[in-house]
Amino acid sequence: MSVERPLLEARGVTRILPAIVPVTLVHDIDLVVEKGEFVSVTGPSGSGKSSLLYLLGLLDVPTSGEIFIDGIATSGLGADALAAIRLAKIGFVFQFHFLLPEFTVIENVMLPMRRLGALTMDDIRTRAGALLKDLDMSDQAEKRPDQLSGGQRQRVAIARALANDPVLILADEPTGNLDSRNSKIVQEIFAQLAREQGRTVIAVTHEESFARSTQRNVYLVDGHIARDERR
Amino acid sequence: MFWRVGFEIAMAQLLNRRRQTLVSVLGVALGVGFFIATASIMRGSEEDFVDRLVNNQPHITIKDEFRNPAAQPLFLVYPEGAVSLAHTKPREYLRGIKNYAAKVEELSARPGVVAEAALTGQIIVRYANKDLSASVAGIEPEKEMQLTKVETDMKEGSLLRLRTTADGIVIGQGMATELGLHLDDLATVITPAGLVKPMKVVGIFYMGNLLLDEGQVYVLLKNAQVLLDKPFIANQIRIRLPDPNAAETVAAQLESRWSYRADSWQEVNRDILGLFVIRNAITYSIVGAIMVVASFGIFNIISTVVMEKRRDIAILMSMGFRSVDIERIFLIQGALVGVLGMVIGWAIALGLLQLLASIRFSIPGMTDRQGFVLDYGVAQFLVGGFFSLVSAIAAAWYPARKAATVRPVEIIRGAA
Repeated sequence: MSVERPLLEARGVTRILPAIVPVTLVHDIDLVVEKGEFVSVTGPSGSGKSSLLYLLGLLDVPTSGEIFIDGIATSGLGADALAAIRLAKIGFVFQFHFLLPEFTVIENVMLPMRRLGALTMDDIRTRAGALLKDLDMSDQAEKRPDQLSGGQRQRVAIARALANDPVLILADEPTGNLDSRNSKIVQEIFAQLAREQGRTVIAVTHEESFARSTQRNVYLVDGHIARDERR
Repeated sequence: MFWRVGFEIAMAQLLNRRRQTLVSVLGVALGVGFFIATASIMRGSEEDFVDRLVNNQPHITIKDEFRNPAAQPLFLVYPEGAVSLAHTKPREYLRGIKNYAAKVEELSARPGVVAEAALTGQIIVRYANKDLSASVAGIEPEKEMQLTKVETDMKEGSLLRLRTTADGIVIGQGMATELGLHLDDLATVITPAGLVKPMKVVGIFYMGNLLLDEGQVYVLLKNAQVLLDKPFIANQIRIRLPDPNAAETVAAQLESRWSYRADSWQEVNRDILGLFVIRNAITYSIVGAIMVVASFGIFNIISTVVMEKRRDIAILMSMGFRSVDIERIFLIQGALVGVLGMVIGWAIALGLLQLLASIRFSIPGMTDRQGFVLDYGVAQFLVGGFFSLVSAIAAAWYPARKAATVRPVEIIRGAA
């Protein structure tokens, strides 16, 4: 019987910020997320939601513990190897869109693909166009980010996160800066990505409605998992 | 994969701060331009000067002197002995180079070598009750023409007329003007030996050097021997070599062989050649300082971009750009500024060289209007461009390193 590893697996992950008085961000986290799951992470501020997300996204390195992504053990890997995993397997969406202001919408979406370099320029442009179309942003493709509304920018940021066809989408308060209408749209997009495309989505949020709309909710308190509920 | 997109990001960030970029590019360009122009003047004048040194003088002059006084016989007999002699005078020897004709003949037999025996001394030239003292050189006109540029500097007459005139003398323009002498006039020559002899002016040269134009005269070697009362004596052998750079070694060989003092043109002009080294060191350090100042401009703009773009750096890293990618983006920006600075600097240099080439000025003591002698060598352009690139990339280095150490988590957390 072949055992398929889960898409994301955290084993005893602890992150302590070294300081005169060391700060424990997350403590002894065990978390298993299967392919296609849509998980929300909630908790009071300072509970370590974002810290956990950055650790799972390999932006930060745990002080102890192991993280497996798509079957790859990431502990002990160098910064360049972690960057390569981020590039190919992980898409980030943050509260702020972080689009590069010098580039047009479509160029922003093309950046990760160009860095990966797996496709030709023509294919990259076609795929970026298709991603924007899926998010109903085709007509904004040639605009600059500062000509877009907040909701539009966040959709571009999602398209960019999807650029290299990642297996894992990590979102840090993706609706935190949006009005309720745009917030609903973004939530729906994430739900679709998980449901229809089988991607794994983990979203940190403090919005009750967002958390309720996900299949699974992980509730953090003081850096460890207090509740892990599936619906 | 990285390079194209990295280049585009670098480019876009620079274009976003067009004015600042332009200022730092101009800083580098001016540095490069002035460097090239200065180097062209320096090299040009140095080459011109050395050229004159090499072509106006014999490459080697053997003199009837010894560098060290002859040793006392006692020291020769007891080289290890504890001998002390007080108030001894070096042995007197007969002035003049022994057997000079054979030496000249032997030297002349070498391929490409011109050798001439000469006798120099002091005389007084008198005309219409006015006296001017002069250095006289007794020479052989055919050889002197190959050794120095007297013949090409001849205003009137010719060295060769010394041969066809019984007692001919060649004088300088300065002396001619001062004494009121003209071609074919008879000047009176008075020698330390007490001889008074009328001599005919058969040539007037103009070298542009006051000292020589007023105080140097040429006669035939045999005439000089008579005038100076040194029959069958020459006190110099002047030599021209096919390769002027070999003068120092050849001079050393000749001196060790014949023990007469042999001065190469390098040795005679060592102080001037040494001055060139100092002069170059001074100019290049000043120009180097310009480049350093220019690179501060680059440092400034790239540091600013790095500071402003911390969020973009963070997001690029979260996207999967490596630290080294980020570092390269900013190094590319430095290189871009450097390349632009180099190209514009070349244009500035060409303009400056045009301008410098058109300038004329007069130097006291040189009666000609002079201009800069410029060296249009490719070398300065290459070196200038190289400096531009190196200083630009070096200036970008620190900010680029800083950018590479950005920790995306801190930036993203801080922004959220």
